Amino acid sequence: MASGGQGMRVCIVGCGAVGSLFAAHLAQVDDVEVWAYDVVQPHVDAINQSGLKLVGEADITGAVRATSEARELPPCDFGIVATKSMYTRAAIEASSHAFAHGAVASVQNGVGNEEVIAEHVDRVIRGTTFPAGHLTEPGVVHMDARGDTWLGPFEPRPASMDAVTELAKAITAGGMNTKALADARGAQWTKLIFNAATNPLGALTRLTHGRLCEQPDTRRLISQLVAEGKAVAESLGITLDSDPDELVDHAAKVAYEHRASMLQDVLAERATEIDALNGGIVRFGAEQGVPTPMNEAIAALIKGLERCGRRP
Amino acid sequence: MPAELRRVCVVGAGAIGGLLAAHLSRVCEAWVLTRRPQHAEQLNQEGLRVSGKHEFVGRVHATADPSELPDFDLGIIAVKANDLDNVGLRLTGLAPQATMMTIQNGLGAEAVIARHGDWPLISSVTFMSGTRRSDVHVEYELDTATWLGPWAGTGTDQATVDAVAALISESELNAEAMSDLVPAQWSKLIFNSAINSVSALTELPHVAAFIDEDEASSLGHVVRSLVHEGKAVAAAAGIELYEDPWEMNMLAVRRGETAHSDYAHLPSMLEDVLAHRPTEVDFIAGALHREADRLGVPVPVTAAAHRLIKGKEASWRAEVKA
Repeated sequence: MASGGQGMRVCIVGCGAVGSLFAAHLAQVDDVEVWAYDVVQPHVDAINQSGLKLVGEADITGAVRATSEARELPPCDFGIVATKSMYTRAAIEASSHAFAHGAVASVQNGVGNEEVIAEHVDRVIRGTTFPAGHLTEPGVVHMDARGDTWLGPFEPRPASMDAVTELAKAITAGGMNTKALADARGAQWTKLIFNAATNPLGALTRLTHGRLCEQPDTRRLISQLVAEGKAVAESLGITLDSDPDELVDHAAKVAYEHRASMLQDVLAERATEIDALNGGIVRFGAEQGVPTPMNEAIAALIKGLERCGRRP
Repeated sequence: MPAELRRVCVVGAGAIGGLLAAHLSRVCEAWVLTRRPQHAEQLNQEGLRVSGKHEFVGRVHATADPSELPDFDLGIIAVKANDLDNVGLRLTGLAPQATMMTIQNGLGAEAVIARHGDWPLISSVTFMSGTRRSDVHVEYELDTATWLGPWAGTGTDQATVDAVAALISESELNAEAMSDLVPAQWSKLIFNSAINSVSALTELPHVAAFIDEDEASSLGHVVRSLVHEGKAVAAAAGIELYEDPWEMNMLAVRRGETAHSDYAHLPSMLEDVLAHRPTEVDFIAGALHREADRLGVPVPVTAAAHRLIKGKEASWRAEVKA
């Protein structure tokens, strides 16, 4: 067991692929007690029976107490919300009682999740994470990629910097590198702009990330979407961590064959996270008076594609 | 003097070509030039069946070999826009007295055919629709009109256009001759640019979502943007539209909903997408995109649609390679 948790209780809200990565790693820290709240009963049962197992880029099993009944959650020092963004509201409404004296972080995709969490919780942490995984069977998650996580106080209803640092240290001690920042917006918007410029285009064209970047036509569209996102970020006074356009070209080399998760969602007739990605850029743009016509059009086309998935 | 129209040759027996050939076979001698010899053979043996709005079997003459075609008075080029150049090559030197009529979606078909011969050209746009059920069977769905007009600079006289429209009407399809087709052609171009692009990208047939503007992310806004950009290009080109493309969108959706509750039209570009065939996007949204660039009109959404559909086509080529 690693150390560094100082007797902390953490609840993962939404223990799917990404939530499971956090839960299993945190459970490696000897004085951290990890709970998981998830609505998928077979996954919950498997975790309670045999622990939460990670394979792939990690090979660990964590002792996690899982439940599908939010009222069973004890008071927690921290929450980490890892649901898909369209389920944030339902998840935090159900579980907020556990965080009456705690702080809650979002490690979800897109923007707007912290705002929803802050409607129900007093101390909120803005977060962005890059590790990825997928559920292989109940209780088992394949970790596809390692990567950093950034946490910072959510400005309108902030957790203290001490609390942010404490959570970051615990996650890092568990084996997932996490940085505490006074302003985590740069990291979040860098990932947001990257995802919003690439994921929906992959879904609309069915091209892998590498091929999307090879075609001058589609590469140009990526840059147009990035430019709108950067303009909105700039109007919010956010300094990006890195240039999303450069991340796009880097990913074209290292993730050439990657297929957009949004395309997988559409093909599986699941709702996409478009509202938190391009929809988020559009909403913040509208508030700031920054036009985002390309992001609007792409968001509407993805909405149409979602309807097509639901076509009988 | 209008040319006498005793023998017609329809090139391409897809849905539109098939409907024209079968109907015209009832009022004149109708030939069909196909790509595949077996297709021609089957048409000669079985005729061409029409079902739906009309029910009959048209007796057509068919061949896949242009040299077997007798001289004809009217050629109707009813292939996909991407095949026009190839068809032009096959027709080179044939039927020097004929008038040729194009009926493709979008812009530019006439210019492709004009490269291959000195025929007087008629351009047309059609709103009728059908579905090709087999090589010898086409279903007639929407009995809306086909509009015809002379193509400028090729010496087509209006009397010939009138005669062709009269012949098509006599065959019981709806046709109307105009002296200037450009306003109608552009109305349909803009309509197609919006509807076919959105349909190709969302894989939705032309359903009520195309007129829905209730929410910020409703699909109707994209259709509206595409129409708006197309109208700006038309205005810059000095073209007054015959109909408002947004009204055409509303009308088509309502017709789909009320007259045929179980029928939502599958735009031809969606059929191409579902079959992983090259689309006509370069002649539709792509044509507007090019005109816009030439005239200096910003059309960001049209350009995006054009680029995304080219990207989607590229994904099928990647599949073949893989």
